[in-house]
Amino acid sequence: MQNTKIIQVKNLSKQFSKIHAVNDISFTVQQGDIYGFLGQNGAGKSTTIRMLLTLIKPTSGSIKIFGKDLQDNKKEILKNIGAIIEKPDVYKFLTAYQNLKIFAQLSGCKVSKEMLMNQLEMVGLATRAHDVVKTFSQGMKQRLGIAIALIHNPDLVILDEPTNGLDPQGIADIRNLIKRLSKEFNKTVLISSHLLNEIEQVATKILIIDKGKKIIEGTKQELLDPQQTIVEFETIEAEKAREKIIFSKWNTDTISQNYNNISLSLPYEQIPSFHKFLAENNIPVFSFHQRNSLEDYFIKVTKENDVHAI
Amino acid sequence: MYTLFKIELYKIFKRPRTYIAFIAITALIGIIQLGLKVDGKEYISFVLGDLSNTLQINGNLCNGYFVCYCILQLLLVHVPLLIALIAADMISGEANMGTLRLLLSKPISRTEVVLAKFFAASVYTILLLVWLAFLALIISIFIFGTDDIFLIKNNYAVQIAANDIMWRYAGAFVFAALAMLTVTALAFFLSVFAENSIGPIIATISIIIFFTIFSTMSIPLFNKIKPFLFTTHMVAWKEFFDVKVDENNISIAGSIYRPDKIIYSAMVLIIHIVTLVSISIYALKKKDILS
Repeated sequence: MQNTKIIQVKNLSKQFSKIHAVNDISFTVQQGDIYGFLGQNGAGKSTTIRMLLTLIKPTSGSIKIFGKDLQDNKKEILKNIGAIIEKPDVYKFLTAYQNLKIFAQLSGCKVSKEMLMNQLEMVGLATRAHDVVKTFSQGMKQRLGIAIALIHNPDLVILDEPTNGLDPQGIADIRNLIKRLSKEFNKTVLISSHLLNEIEQVATKILIIDKGKKIIEGTKQELLDPQQTIVEFETIEAEKAREKIIFSKWNTDTISQNYNNISLSLPYEQIPSFHKFLAENNIPVFSFHQRNSLEDYFIKVTKENDVHAI
Repeated sequence: MYTLFKIELYKIFKRPRTYIAFIAITALIGIIQLGLKVDGKEYISFVLGDLSNTLQINGNLCNGYFVCYCILQLLLVHVPLLIALIAADMISGEANMGTLRLLLSKPISRTEVVLAKFFAASVYTILLLVWLAFLALIISIFIFGTDDIFLIKNNYAVQIAANDIMWRYAGAFVFAALAMLTVTALAFFLSVFAENSIGPIIATISIIIFFTIFSTMSIPLFNKIKPFLFTTHMVAWKEFFDVKVDENNISIAGSIYRPDKIIYSAMVLIIHIVTLVSISIYALKKKDILS
């Protein structure tokens, strides 16, 4: 089943009055992918996800899921999708157990009490199963949302901003769960977020979207330029260090100094040599870290998009 | 769709606000019954007016049947407000809570969603009327006893024998159910277009008030539109209490003076219900869910 195309989106557009919320986007998600959908707020992520879930009708373009046209096979396809769309809103006047049971039934799934309790156990809500949801924190609602998304054992899981409102432990739990879904259960996960760090840590493939347009798509390795690793170190002899670097082979236009912190970009494989250079010149280094993050890349490409737009 | 219908009913009866209407009806009917129990004779004298000088009426005038008729006249105007509380919330309330997007991303068609929700709201409406009928008729009979019913119409009086009344109430309540289902359909239709329930509730009540004013005022301009307003036809339940008379002006048991009027009004209301639900289905199918 590997390399099976789970989602195929072609030239998808959505226009609200004069606003192009999504503009001619195409992408493909393969089975087992954790597909990161990255973009700032208002970039068009949620609109795209809502079109994948038939909540919004596309102005143009086509969507195929599990190899079938979404509009023509809506019921069949949606049976096999679990989703959280923005906030995990559920019926606040019902208990977690009642909510889970209702949405399991709506997904066409016959569930026993044991299955429901196991699902609540998985997301850490078993002890609160019979409490009404209006007494829940945002994090607990989010976990209930995930339980609802997974109760019918779908092949495709769509999570729109799944870590919203979660504490650091909750975020880490969701991250681990997403990785497990892909690795252990071979589920395909499409996850959207404006939190770049989150996507970076879990996604196997990333699509960056800005102002409704696709900017770039690829694996993390493909997106990040190995020539552009930024290293930053802290030293009490920052002036001396800066001078030594300028008069060495490490001199580039990227050197910058902020009090005791110096940063510059250099190829990833040359980092050990640069370490050695600092040591040989007796520069005391208190901290050293490299940044080759998607965040830098994301800011760069979205800025480029802004310039092109102008 | 049956599963969805059961879930919708479950949700309706799990909400505390559902019971407001039942409590309100119980309180209102209780107050009316208490008032008539304490001052029933004075009320009857007031209703009869000058007629009591020319006509001698024996028996228990303030009986359970008469009390029920009074309650229906007073309450059937206000029940739509209680129905709107639930029906106008069916779609808009889900949009407001944010559950509409989760619901519509499940493998169920929007037509099924609309029909299941409308049928569930209809069950609520009918249960409300059954409760009203129980309190207004059965409890009134228990408290006030039974006798012939004597009703004062615009320019004549009607007397119906006690043994000729129950079937009329059955017909009147079935017709009232149809009238209230029209209100349910209207509130439901408005809820499709809103993102919270306050707007559709107020809109439903406003439409009923406006249409009732148009229906009751005898102004030539309004007279032209009256036949098309559902509020004109909602009061046709009273026709069950208008009887044919023989050559001696005695009521003919088992007769209705204008059955054609009841049938026509029922047809108009059914057309309203079908049209409103059909437009609701069409509108929800076309709607982009942005809530």
